[in-house]
Amino acid sequence: MKRLIFILPVFAFVALIAVFGVGLTKDPKELPSQLIDRPLPQFALPGIEAVPGGGPGFASASLKGEPLLLNVFASWCAACPQEHPVLTRIGEEGFPVYGIAWKDKPVDSRAWIERFGDPYKAIAADENGRTAIDLGVTGVPETFIVDRNGRVRFKQIGPISPETWKGKIKPLMLKLRAEA
Amino acid sequence: MRRWLLPLLLWLAMPVAVALPMAPALAVQPDEMLADPALEARARAISKDLRCVVCQNQSIDDSDAPLARDLRIVVREQLTQGSSDTETMDYIVQRYGHFVLLKPPVEPATWALWLGPFAVLGFGGMGLWLWSRGRHPADVVPLTPEEAVAIASFTDSPTP
Repeated sequence: MKRLIFILPVFAFVALIAVFGVGLTKDPKELPSQLIDRPLPQFALPGIEAVPGGGPGFASASLKGEPLLLNVFASWCAACPQEHPVLTRIGEEGFPVYGIAWKDKPVDSRAWIERFGDPYKAIAADENGRTAIDLGVTGVPETFIVDRNGRVRFKQIGPISPETWKGKIKPLMLKLRAEA
Repeated sequence: MRRWLLPLLLWLAMPVAVALPMAPALAVQPDEMLADPALEARARAISKDLRCVVCQNQSIDDSDAPLARDLRIVVREQLTQGSSDTETMDYIVQRYGHFVLLKPPVEPATWALWLGPFAVLGFGGMGLWLWSRGRHPADVVPLTPEEAVAIASFTDSPTP
């Protein structure tokens, strides 16, 4: 019993190291989204076309009716070209992907789309970044999974890898499709 | 007295000497600032307590990240619209979560954080008390007659 008391601090130390060790494996950049299971914040954004005002974009109210992906990207984003083929594939598999160009000049977004191709059903320009703040965006790319009622169900921080799509997001999309 | 005066002064001056070269360049740009000095002061105070979500160990008041600038502007807009300090904080927290508060609120999820150190102190104190209670001076056992004789044989013998 007496010996136990002297060994106790060693155990406490080991437990502390274990807690910190697990903490080291977590990415502090991955902030939990405040929007999970809540409706998308209201927004109505212009598009990125070469006309005054940018042409039609889309509004949060239109993102309803079927499960979809809402992808935040930018022409200046380094990881976005890496994610681009995955988004193209997601579109080809029949899942709607909407794009928000974050803090990006429409002319730059257009050039980017021309260079890499357009995987999006519609693109909206969030030039001053206010919609992104309402969405709790901390960087690009980020992708919100929105169900048919316009509620956010999942947020992917960083690019969607083919593995993440196949293993995590596609099953979720299929589940959301099956929901009444 | 003079002998310890100089070390004392040096010791007192140390934080200043350390802090001076580290004083960061101001991240807040002139075009962001509000004309009303009272409002601007409130905005600065609020920004100092909000974490930048890009460079996470800086406040948005310290950070040069574009998103930090956007958030500083949002804070100032909220204040200009007449929001209170707490309402402005809540506006940001609603979007980014409690993580952005550099001083976490006391709530069930943070009880371990706030009360943990006191719990450790309490347990340590209790352990110390239990340990010290078990220790007491050993009882004085009287010498047996043989021992008394043996000792007497040493002390009584003439020193060589």
